[in-house]
Amino acid sequence: MTTTAHRRPQKVSFRDRLLRLAGTVTTPLLPDDYLDMVAPLRAGAPLRGRVVAVRPETRDAATLVIQPGRGWQGHLPGQYVRLGVDVDGVRQWRAYSVTSAPGAADGRISVTVKAIPDGKVSNHLVRRLRPGTIVQLDQAQGDFVLPAATPERILFLTAGSGITPVMGMLRSGLADRSDVVLVHSAPTRDDVIFGAELRALAERGTVRLVERHTDTSGLLDVAELDDLVPDHAQRHTWACGPVGLLDAAEAHWAARDAAELLHTERFRPTVITPGEGGTVTFTGAGVTVEADGATTLLDAGENAGVLMPSGCRMGICFGCVVPLRQGAVRDLRNGDVTTAVPGDGVAIQTCVSAAAGTCDIDL
Amino acid sequence: MTVIQKKADNPIAHLSAEDIEIIGKELDAIRDRVLADRGERDARYIRKVIKTQRTLEISSRAVLLFSLFPPAWIVGTAGLTVAKILDNMEIGHNVLHGQWDWMRDPKIHSTTWEWDHVSPADQWKQSHNELHHRFTNVVGKDNDLGYGIMRVDEDQPWHPMHLGQPVWNLLNACFFEYGIAAYDMELGDHLKQKRLKEPAFRAKARAVGRKIRRQVLKDYVVHPLLSGPSFLSTLAATFTANLLRNVWSHSVIMCGHFPNGVETFEKTSIEGETRGEWYLRQMLGSANISGPRLLHLMTGNLSFQIEHHLFPDLPSNRYQEIAPQVRALFDRYGLRYTTGPLPKQVASAWWKVIRLSLPNRRDRRQPAAPAPLVPSGAV
Repeated sequence: MTTTAHRRPQKVSFRDRLLRLAGTVTTPLLPDDYLDMVAPLRAGAPLRGRVVAVRPETRDAATLVIQPGRGWQGHLPGQYVRLGVDVDGVRQWRAYSVTSAPGAADGRISVTVKAIPDGKVSNHLVRRLRPGTIVQLDQAQGDFVLPAATPERILFLTAGSGITPVMGMLRSGLADRSDVVLVHSAPTRDDVIFGAELRALAERGTVRLVERHTDTSGLLDVAELDDLVPDHAQRHTWACGPVGLLDAAEAHWAARDAAELLHTERFRPTVITPGEGGTVTFTGAGVTVEADGATTLLDAGENAGVLMPSGCRMGICFGCVVPLRQGAVRDLRNGDVTTAVPGDGVAIQTCVSAAAGTCDIDL
Repeated sequence: MTVIQKKADNPIAHLSAEDIEIIGKELDAIRDRVLADRGERDARYIRKVIKTQRTLEISSRAVLLFSLFPPAWIVGTAGLTVAKILDNMEIGHNVLHGQWDWMRDPKIHSTTWEWDHVSPADQWKQSHNELHHRFTNVVGKDNDLGYGIMRVDEDQPWHPMHLGQPVWNLLNACFFEYGIAAYDMELGDHLKQKRLKEPAFRAKARAVGRKIRRQVLKDYVVHPLLSGPSFLSTLAATFTANLLRNVWSHSVIMCGHFPNGVETFEKTSIEGETRGEWYLRQMLGSANISGPRLLHLMTGNLSFQIEHHLFPDLPSNRYQEIAPQVRALFDRYGLRYTTGPLPKQVASAWWKVIRLSLPNRRDRRQPAAPAPLVPSGAV
């Protein structure tokens, strides 16, 4: 809620009045709860999307075509969207690059997902997601985008699913305006996501494509760029791929005094490795404590003077549930670990949870 | 019933302290098996129940717009009654227990849910989840034993006020949601001790007042007004639906802890209670209702009160599935699994309310000294 210094007569739209009136009949539910049953994508609803199609790209990647809700504000090429999907009944949020060009006539967007080994969400999206599914969305975000004035010479340095934000840029007609070189690594020719489309662009001469098949030729050494793209240090470069490639690229560009020309996107999900105990921050109270793996977060907070909601203190009443913004906690009853990154919307019972690594708790 | 410690035939006298801890381990294992398997099927279930309830509620209210027409009144009232019961029992009660928090859906979560009931969700959660489920059937600690207005256990002291308790109970049944709201905000205690001006109490009272206003406005003003010429008949319909919902939920809840065969416990017996002993108290302090699937749905699966009290945070659709395992455990350890059909259990609970409106009979057997909850050898 926001407060303003001046109380201005607020304009209440006809629609809001109507909803408020309807609310007197639907209470304790909101009219929205009923509207969600029939029109989940309507204006004013929490942003969602309907999966229209799931298209396989390679043996382990697929493109999801999504009809976003009316509240979708569009995206810039290169941006990503956070997508919430229920996997085994549990809502999971992940970020994926938008691979479609902005402004499609039918309003649809697409994201392309590569299934990573043991990836709960990515495997679900690539192999089990069915058209018709409603997914939760956030507005597009990210600054891995081209500047307003498109540079004349561009290099894209990508590997694996790192091609996805770049595809969003290429499909927006970038290559018609600039001289574009794409150096892309994938295990084999068949593993190149958008392989056919990229090769078609190269054949037309729109881009210069350098494909690196790492199963046969080994990983790309960034130093090889001296031969592959001799003018690469003069090109505005966007790099996206595994951490190793990005680290090497940053060192390479820095060594050539061209660090300002290199833009990187580290798209790998934050990996949280659970341990025993950790630093716990209560973000609202501004209190940070060290908690061991046997102390409940409720005790840790109370001992540090944080006003913690609490109840039965034995895990049955759910009176102590608070949001875990990020980090890992362990359920002391059975050892189960719960992890969260910002935006996951994870809530935990503090009376039966102990820190299993650094944790931020919204309290 | 008498607190278990004073019983001549203590039903757990044959259990050793080790037995009790093994029972606890076995119950933990049942819980872990459900957790390991909990997933999409359960999520689909609760979403389906919620969708059904909403569809039923809105269509029944639409039908009631024409409630002057008698068939519309009957269909609409029946539908609205069922919708209100589903909202309170299978959905509200269980969502507020955190049974569906694991889905991480902010729209179906114990911290955001509100129900069609005059007691605000957060106040109910505190008195029900925290006090009743923790202190189940401990005389003097679990106020659900008679809700502070009735005597439902021989060990609760008799007072002439209890002579009228069959009448109180009937009134409580008819206006159960108001009784619960008063109970959740501890109105009785505050009245007795003249503590009505305490800020915490006033805040609770204001929240209840807002909730009552919204509920009354919906059921007794806006919906009848929308019905135009059917104003009075819609008013009668919503009143009837609330009344039936109240009587139904009161009956189901009476069956949970009042029927014959359910044990109660002494305050001192839960000091230093182990996990196994807590489980054992839940096992003996609750009673089930037997019947068809529809009955279980309409009771919010509180017909599996024993399973619910053992695992208050497991999804309600799972109680039915684990009941045979729980019952087998009772049998293995020679414990009484109290269950019976609805009419029998309701009658048993009512009979107790009537019987205990009078002081205890003198010829009751009294053991020489209270026995501890856990027999000799316990830690």
